[in-house]
Amino acid sequence: MAKTKFKIWRGNEKGGELEEYSTETSEGMVVLDAVHQIQAESANDLACRWNCKAGKCGSCSAEVNGMPKLMCMTRLDELPLEEGVTIEPIKTFPIIKDLVTDISWNYRAKQKIKPFKPRPPDNEDGSWTFYQEDIDRVQEFRKCIECFLCQNVCHVLREHHLEDEFIGPSALVYTAALEMHPLDTEDRLEDLKNANGIGYCNITKCCTQVCPEHITITDNAIIPLKERVVDRYYDPVARIWSKLTRRS
Amino acid sequence: MEAHEIFEHDVLIIGAGGAGLRAAIEASSTGLKVGLVCKSMLGKAHTVMAEGGIAAALANVDERDNWKVHFSDTMRGGHYINNWRMAQIHAKEAPDRVRELEAWGAVFDRTKDGRILQRNFGGHKYPRLAHVGDRTGLEMIRTLQDHGIHQGIDVHMEVTVVHLLKDGDRISGAVAYDRERGRFRVFHAKAVVLATGGIGRAFRITSNSWEYTGDGHALAYNAGADLIDMEFIQFHPTGMIWPPSVRGILVTEGVRGEGGILLNNKGERFLFGNIPDNYKAQTAADAEEGWRYVLGDKDAHRPPELLTRDHVARCIVQEIKEGRGSPHGGVFLDIAWIKEKLGNAEEHIKRKLPSMYHQFKQLAGLDITREPMEVGPTTHYVMGGVLVEADTQMSTVPGLFACGECGAGINGANRLGGNSLSDLLVLGQRAGQYAAKFAKDKGDTRVDEEEIDAAKREALAPFDRPVPDAGNAYQIQYELQDAMQDLVGIVRNGEEMERALVKIGELKEKAQKVGAVGNREYNPGWHTVLDLGNLLTVSEAVARSALERKESRGAQFRVDYPEKSEEWGKYNVTVRRGPDGSMQINRIPILEMPAELREIITQMG
Repeated sequence: MAKTKFKIWRGNEKGGELEEYSTETSEGMVVLDAVHQIQAESANDLACRWNCKAGKCGSCSAEVNGMPKLMCMTRLDELPLEEGVTIEPIKTFPIIKDLVTDISWNYRAKQKIKPFKPRPPDNEDGSWTFYQEDIDRVQEFRKCIECFLCQNVCHVLREHHLEDEFIGPSALVYTAALEMHPLDTEDRLEDLKNANGIGYCNITKCCTQVCPEHITITDNAIIPLKERVVDRYYDPVARIWSKLTRRS
Repeated sequence: MEAHEIFEHDVLIIGAGGAGLRAAIEASSTGLKVGLVCKSMLGKAHTVMAEGGIAAALANVDERDNWKVHFSDTMRGGHYINNWRMAQIHAKEAPDRVRELEAWGAVFDRTKDGRILQRNFGGHKYPRLAHVGDRTGLEMIRTLQDHGIHQGIDVHMEVTVVHLLKDGDRISGAVAYDRERGRFRVFHAKAVVLATGGIGRAFRITSNSWEYTGDGHALAYNAGADLIDMEFIQFHPTGMIWPPSVRGILVTEGVRGEGGILLNNKGERFLFGNIPDNYKAQTAADAEEGWRYVLGDKDAHRPPELLTRDHVARCIVQEIKEGRGSPHGGVFLDIAWIKEKLGNAEEHIKRKLPSMYHQFKQLAGLDITREPMEVGPTTHYVMGGVLVEADTQMSTVPGLFACGECGAGINGANRLGGNSLSDLLVLGQRAGQYAAKFAKDKGDTRVDEEEIDAAKREALAPFDRPVPDAGNAYQIQYELQDAMQDLVGIVRNGEEMERALVKIGELKEKAQKVGAVGNREYNPGWHTVLDLGNLLTVSEAVARSALERKESRGAQFRVDYPEKSEEWGKYNVTVRRGPDGSMQINRIPILEMPAELREIITQMG
């Protein structure tokens, strides 16, 4: 057993600073274990969110040595311990306390997306017939655990704070899951173009890099959605066709 | 006393996992005003951890399946002290509840002919679990969440209920605080549904999250409701055991459903030597037949790894105790071996068990497509909970309903894997429906301001108490977890449980004196003091119920009473708060099963 130094950001919306703690670390420990140990030993009121401790609920997002991570899936032996480990809250969202931020905007952004609207059932028992190959892509998107690390690193949100105009990568992944669902009949393209601001994404792929579920956010979700929007609103042939058909 | 914010709801649902969300959707569909309170953010509840699938006799993979087989499997798995009516309702309604999820956007894995795929699981005669790889719980909670947010439900996130209010005998609301600022919220309600999950945090080794502190159990108990079957705690046979920090994290039964085998350090499949008599006819004779079952051969019987969880967990403990365990004190779970049988085994494992692959790779540095895992039992689920009516899910307190893990009856002495997700849906839907009906039929209630003030004072008391250098709230919780794990665990005896009760008594005194540092803003130290009260109540209920039941049945194994007793098969044990505040233990006779259901069980062998 060895003692390791941790610098954890403590404070609230009015301000705060990194405080130093030291705790025993052992084989296989993850960052969240260390935070819990410190909480139990010397900082009872240290605020952090967590639930499953297995990378499935997406609650314990933080910035570990400056990198956006799930604390429960980040092993200490992947980090240079001799320099100490710095743990800070995710930066894009307002601070509540210590490692806990106000992520409620993400829920509001998601709520703006029109819900699932299936075609009538194919079978008498109320079920549908569709095949695994129809849903492989949708299932990739539905792995999303809503940890909001992608939202946290998206420069449209992190630097420019265009929260009123852009729903961010995780909500676009959700939109893609609905749009590519074989049963869905809703049309979300106008919302994507206007209220949900897909045009703001300039495909720097930061979101894809931090996704703990390894969802190919930019290539598989956002670019195909952008293409659908372009096809409808910016394709000259389609525009002429649409005008002609409207006139008739 | 400081002011509090008041919220008026017709139906208040406490807990937003699968059961709470399903109940909220149902209650709000009747046009009533529904409030949904969750301790965490929405969509983070423990349901996300469910991996294997939802049990429902859809008969998509094996046309011989139907509700009667599912009913019979559930009763057998529960050692026949389940509430038969609940098991019947559950088996009949589960298929509709699963199809409903598909209509709300869930994307289940498919059969070749384009229907919902079903997999094998312990104790289920046929492949019955609708699933999405090994992340079925996430799919379920997300589907319910995404459907629910458009139904006009008022969601109160990161809010903890500390007390249920009553108007005479009837429930009338709840007192809560918000975690963010520590301010009080008072809910006025005509009906309240508890859907708070389980009690796993009472044990040291557990697959459960911090939320699982028995809140619903304790709230109901304090409000005068009966608890039942509290002696039955499910220890899931396969939790991770190495490295130490991941100890207890769940390894889905789906690994065994996909052909994974359990081995001791001699390389023996030890379960073949230990098959209970009442499962002999349903279990494979050898490894070859077991593998044929995994491949879907309808003439083959299931491998012994798919026996019920109570049995498999005990056999693992025995192997370890008799010196045949793995290096870190578990046994081996091997799915990599299927490469002997399948050409594309590596890809197959990654596709069917993606999060298991990821979990072991990331947390244990182990590749499950190449090496065996080390596993051991972990506290997973409580069969016991609030005593409710089968059809309506109403407790013995009028207007108070319970569903999901904090309700009880359907599972008896042992729950089958996959029956939890289906139970959340079926009984959650019913709880929502009947709570709404109760609210409409019975009308308004009153709340008592003095009762509210008393609850607020009690919640704030820890700030006026000192925090000892040694023995803060976290440390008291660890002591309790050690006592429960060591003295009321998988293998029990009367003398140890008496000692556990003495320890619980001491810890109760300590807990009443322990304080919290800091202020009321998002303060886990304070929250832990408050959760401790609930954990101590449920721990006492478990130990007392286990002492009362002088036999071994299902999840309860007592070395001092190692046999199953016919007499004890006639009763459930109940727990109630006595007039003097002490815990009273009683037994109630099991409802007699109608002849046609008895006939089904006989037919199914």
